[in-house]
Amino acid sequence: MITIALSKGRIYKETLPLLAAANIVPADDPDKSRKLILDTNHDDVKLVIIRATDVPTYVQFGAADLGVAGKDVLLEHGGEGLYEPLDLKIARCKLMTAGLVDAKPRVSGRLRVATKFTNVARRYFESRGEQIELIKLYGSMELGPIVGLSDLIVDVVDTGNTLKANGLKPVDHIADISSRLVVNKASMKMKHKKISSIIDKISAAVA
Amino acid sequence: MITKQHWILPEGIEEVLPEQAARFESMRRMLLDLYATWGYELVMPPTIDFIESLLTGTGHDLDLQTFKLVDQLSGRTLGIRADMTPQVARIDAHQLLREAPTRLCYIGTVLRTRPESIGDSRSPLQVGAELYGYAGIESEVEIIGLMLQTLSAMDIDDVYLDLGNVDIYRGLAKQAGLSKEVEGQLFDMLQRKAVTEINTLLDSLDIDAEVKTMLSGLSSLNGDRSVFEKARALLSKADEPVKQAIDYLEKTAELMWQRYGGSLPESKVHFDLSELHGYHYKTGVVFAAFVPQRGQAIARGGRYDDIGEVFGRARAATGFSTDLKVLNQLSAKQFVSSEKIFAPVDADRSRVAALRDEGATVIEQLPGQEADAAAMGCNRSLCLVDGQWVVQG
Repeated sequence: MITIALSKGRIYKETLPLLAAANIVPADDPDKSRKLILDTNHDDVKLVIIRATDVPTYVQFGAADLGVAGKDVLLEHGGEGLYEPLDLKIARCKLMTAGLVDAKPRVSGRLRVATKFTNVARRYFESRGEQIELIKLYGSMELGPIVGLSDLIVDVVDTGNTLKANGLKPVDHIADISSRLVVNKASMKMKHKKISSIIDKISAAVA
Repeated sequence: MITKQHWILPEGIEEVLPEQAARFESMRRMLLDLYATWGYELVMPPTIDFIESLLTGTGHDLDLQTFKLVDQLSGRTLGIRADMTPQVARIDAHQLLREAPTRLCYIGTVLRTRPESIGDSRSPLQVGAELYGYAGIESEVEIIGLMLQTLSAMDIDDVYLDLGNVDIYRGLAKQAGLSKEVEGQLFDMLQRKAVTEINTLLDSLDIDAEVKTMLSGLSSLNGDRSVFEKARALLSKADEPVKQAIDYLEKTAELMWQRYGGSLPESKVHFDLSELHGYHYKTGVVFAAFVPQRGQAIARGGRYDDIGEVFGRARAATGFSTDLKVLNQLSAKQFVSSEKIFAPVDADRSRVAALRDEGATVIEQLPGQEADAAAMGCNRSLCLVDGQWVVQG
């Protein structure tokens, strides 16, 4: 049995053709079905549909053998206990810092950063030698600077339109983001033949 | 409203109740008896130790994993052991001073500041065995054999084995002349087989193109025994130590199959030439056991020849360890418990003593006690029949 963890939305849509290249086709559409476990055209391959941020946890624990997770999620999670052997080159965006377009120069005091990527933000500013105050948010980070909650935000930026519409501009580039195929370490060792064959087929489709 | 819950335990810390405690004790005895038959002598390192001796020669991870406190007698920092291996290495290197091969085993609770993996205990019951003073493949094969016996003694079947050799990467990093910092970065990426990051990092380095190709392909060198052929082709330009490390690993596997092939067919052995678990103190072959029910290794070990040096004497060393709490979850083994006999308050005391001498469990009724044999968990009772106290039920 091979279990693959996916999240709904963009990652799911862009992963489907890659799975099809490995001859894995889901029997249901997660947007129409309420099922959390989807059957596929193989008796021994199942898909579990979970939140994007939960994918590394499922795969690390071995609740799923494989998964597709954004590099942003992996950076935040730390990626411990996982293999990430393949860049799927889908769901591309950038992890950036952003602030108000008309931000006044900061006079003194610590920089306040609002983000849901607290680990990433801490590491990034630490590497630049800057001590910051972190404010953990779960969404709508763009509001942070507008309402004066924070000086900067750290978030994924795709087109930059959301930033623009809220009077924000991207400041620094932290990392390029795309989705990765992640593999549970124990599964890789015990189900090597099956898993490496899936990886090879998907890899061919990515290139 | 928040009320104080005095019964609550710290996260990842558990109490072991009678039934489970009896199981743990049966397992402990069984394993120590097994190790004794292989000539492994039991040692009992202290629970608490100077931090330097606990962490010497080990990596940053163990430092983070170790609970620390200040010794009021010496003013020095003490650590509560998070891994007993360095302590046992010190016993061999500094206390025993034997020249002959030395086999030691140990069992005890270790404490970890953070669980090793999601949902793991922070107080594992670590059990392991170490073989000192022999540098050949026979010591790896003996230790792997003992690890497999440990699992089969617990009725844990369907075991898979993963084998690697950290000297392959170490040799390639040396050949490439990587700085400590880059070697560490690459190590981290190899642990995750993050191919994209590996290639980006290698592209940014000014190193020999051939070495670059070898380092780049290292993470793909895993699978069944055909991996050795692939490795020799890919790493044909590698320095001699790298080639020797590959040969050593293959010879270890061959001797292992020769001895334990029956219980460990080729289909259950996986090779991973970029497996670097414990890279900071391991110096050769590394191995780990897996079972399908669990997403992490259930036992692991390897060679760590240099660790004794800081204690005064470098000695060849190989060992493995596992957590009895994890094995207990995976094991369905039934241990035979002695029968429990209920002795009424007026039972003949000499008869009670005689039964105990024979090894039976006799539970005495206390004066005024209403709980009967069944309530006391007894399946049999001492009864007065024709003036004689006999066991019935």
